[in-house]
Amino acid sequence: MKRFIGFVQKEFYHIFRDRRSLFILFGMPVAQIMLFGFAITNEINNVDIAILDRSQDASTKEIISKISSSEYFSILQHIKEEAEIEEVFKKGRVKAVLYFEKEFSKKLIKQHTAKVQIVTDATDPNVANTISNYINSILSHYQEEQNRAITQDYQIIPQSRMVYNAELKSVYMFVPGVMTVILMLVSAMMTSISITREKELGTMEILLVSPLNPVQVIIGKVFPYIFLSIINAAAIVILSIFVFHVPVKGSLFLLGLESVLFIVTSLALGILISTISATQQTAMMISLMGLMLPVILLSGFIFPISSMPVPLQVISNIVPAKWFIIIVKGIMLKGVGIHIVWKETLVLLGMTLLFIGLSVRKYKIRLE
Amino acid sequence: MSIHIDHISKSYGKVNALDDISIQVDPGELFGLIGPDGAGKTTLFRILTTLLLPDHGSASVAGYDIIADFKAIRKQVGYMPGRFSLYQDLTVEENLRFFATIFGTTIAENYDLIRDIYVQIEPFKNRRAGKLSGGMKQKLALSCALIHKPKVLFLDEPTTGVDPVSRKEFWEMLKRLQAKGITILVSTPYMDEAALCDRIALIQDGRILEIDTPKAIVEHYPKPIFDVGAHNTYLLIEKLNAYVHKHSVFPFGEYIHYTDQRDGFDPLELRAYLKNEGLQNIHIERTKATIEDTFMELAKQ
Repeated sequence: MKRFIGFVQKEFYHIFRDRRSLFILFGMPVAQIMLFGFAITNEINNVDIAILDRSQDASTKEIISKISSSEYFSILQHIKEEAEIEEVFKKGRVKAVLYFEKEFSKKLIKQHTAKVQIVTDATDPNVANTISNYINSILSHYQEEQNRAITQDYQIIPQSRMVYNAELKSVYMFVPGVMTVILMLVSAMMTSISITREKELGTMEILLVSPLNPVQVIIGKVFPYIFLSIINAAAIVILSIFVFHVPVKGSLFLLGLESVLFIVTSLALGILISTISATQQTAMMISLMGLMLPVILLSGFIFPISSMPVPLQVISNIVPAKWFIIIVKGIMLKGVGIHIVWKETLVLLGMTLLFIGLSVRKYKIRLE
Repeated sequence: MSIHIDHISKSYGKVNALDDISIQVDPGELFGLIGPDGAGKTTLFRILTTLLLPDHGSASVAGYDIIADFKAIRKQVGYMPGRFSLYQDLTVEENLRFFATIFGTTIAENYDLIRDIYVQIEPFKNRRAGKLSGGMKQKLALSCALIHKPKVLFLDEPTTGVDPVSRKEFWEMLKRLQAKGITILVSTPYMDEAALCDRIALIQDGRILEIDTPKAIVEHYPKPIFDVGAHNTYLLIEKLNAYVHKHSVFPFGEYIHYTDQRDGFDPLELRAYLKNEGLQNIHIERTKATIEDTFMELAKQ
């Protein structure tokens, strides 16, 4: 036990005396959550749009006033010709153009159908999609009001409602993802680097020629990172609750347990990486390329898994982060308990045992 | 607490790092492995400290087999690798305390053993190990290797890159440790350090050239050796090498060590030849062979 404490103490010296690892450990989580929370966002607010109104009648005026009074849009300019549409997009400020056809009001009353075209700047497809959805919903609102006045039978009005994130706040979606990325980064990359550092500096040679057995060395190396990762996870949750007002609907205790499980999964991966890489640089490259990219791209963090090609959907199953994100979203946003996420938990547990088994088998008690 | 090395061979791919090595180190002996870089010294150390497995042969350290009982050996030996292998971001004292802890002991418990060495670096005990000078690093590394009272000490080129004064001090410390009953196996590329060992093994290209006491090794030197000097050393070496009867020519300090092929060699004959070749201030004197001469002679064969 004394040996273990001595070893862990040494690890903490390493961590606290190395500014780079300190920054990764504590600067990154805060920086990332702030970045994703404030800067990288899919929400729309005061988007500049332009209007091309060919009818200039009561209906279009009412629709335009509804749009301009919403907090989502502000009307930057009115244009006269279709040819001007491209021009305003090229200037860059206008993200959408609303194009009402001629005799809008008349057509609406007589033929019960009138056309309005929503032209969006799809250089950022997510934003374009959101804008068009928002405008659609304003239009359907208007339609609903009109229909009430003229009482037509059997009108089916589709109504979509966003649940769990009714306000479409993107920070709700990012918190589970950022938490996953950070825990993976801290746990896997930092442990693999700290173990390979011993190899690179030759101290592993001395540790091997000592009564410490491999399990003691590994647990000693990993323990500080378990501890620091838990602090990080807690910091992220606290930041999301108090800065971004993300609700935690489920049990905080369960969230904590699942996070510890995922931390152990990542640490096991880190150990596995360290057994196959000889230098810190290799360990870092493998961690970044082999772990971070799948975590960001294939876990459902940024791109929904359901919209991926089938082969990628299959591959996403072996990314531990995918399962953790499902669990975190479930607990934080939907408030579900273990009876819902037990399957994902079991998958994660199985992966963890597999990684630990593999790294124990691959760990060398000698230099070759 | 002896070391038996029995027909050990080890190769990396096609390179034979060690080729059928057999050495017997007696308990309490200060034994030197003398050879140039790449001779296989480090490989042998790693095999004996259970870090590498030999391809063939067997060995035991302090009575334990290096393969079957590797765990027992790891408790008994102190190992100082050739490269400085301590934690550079830890202070002198933290390094020492860490190694004491992982061997299940404390600095206070074994302070007696390391006192002579540690007092010299104790004034810098709060300095990070990475900021120490070469000589102080070696002293710290030796302290760390000794802190658990090992029965056998393995020192791989402990004085490489260390200044002459520190080297001398270091060897004095080894003598004191030997007096405390610790068996020491030390390697060095410096021939002058070989004379300080009880016995030495000359090793080159993974083969043992000779094992004996330093004194016996130089006495075994087969030919009379002469110091030769002249006003122009460069020209002297050139002319000696061109001499038809020369056996070997090695620069050694301010003189050239020269041996002749013939049994009845007359220095006057050489003097006449050199004078004829235009050399002045010619000095020829009989001298004793050194370990370096022996090494060069054996390495030639």
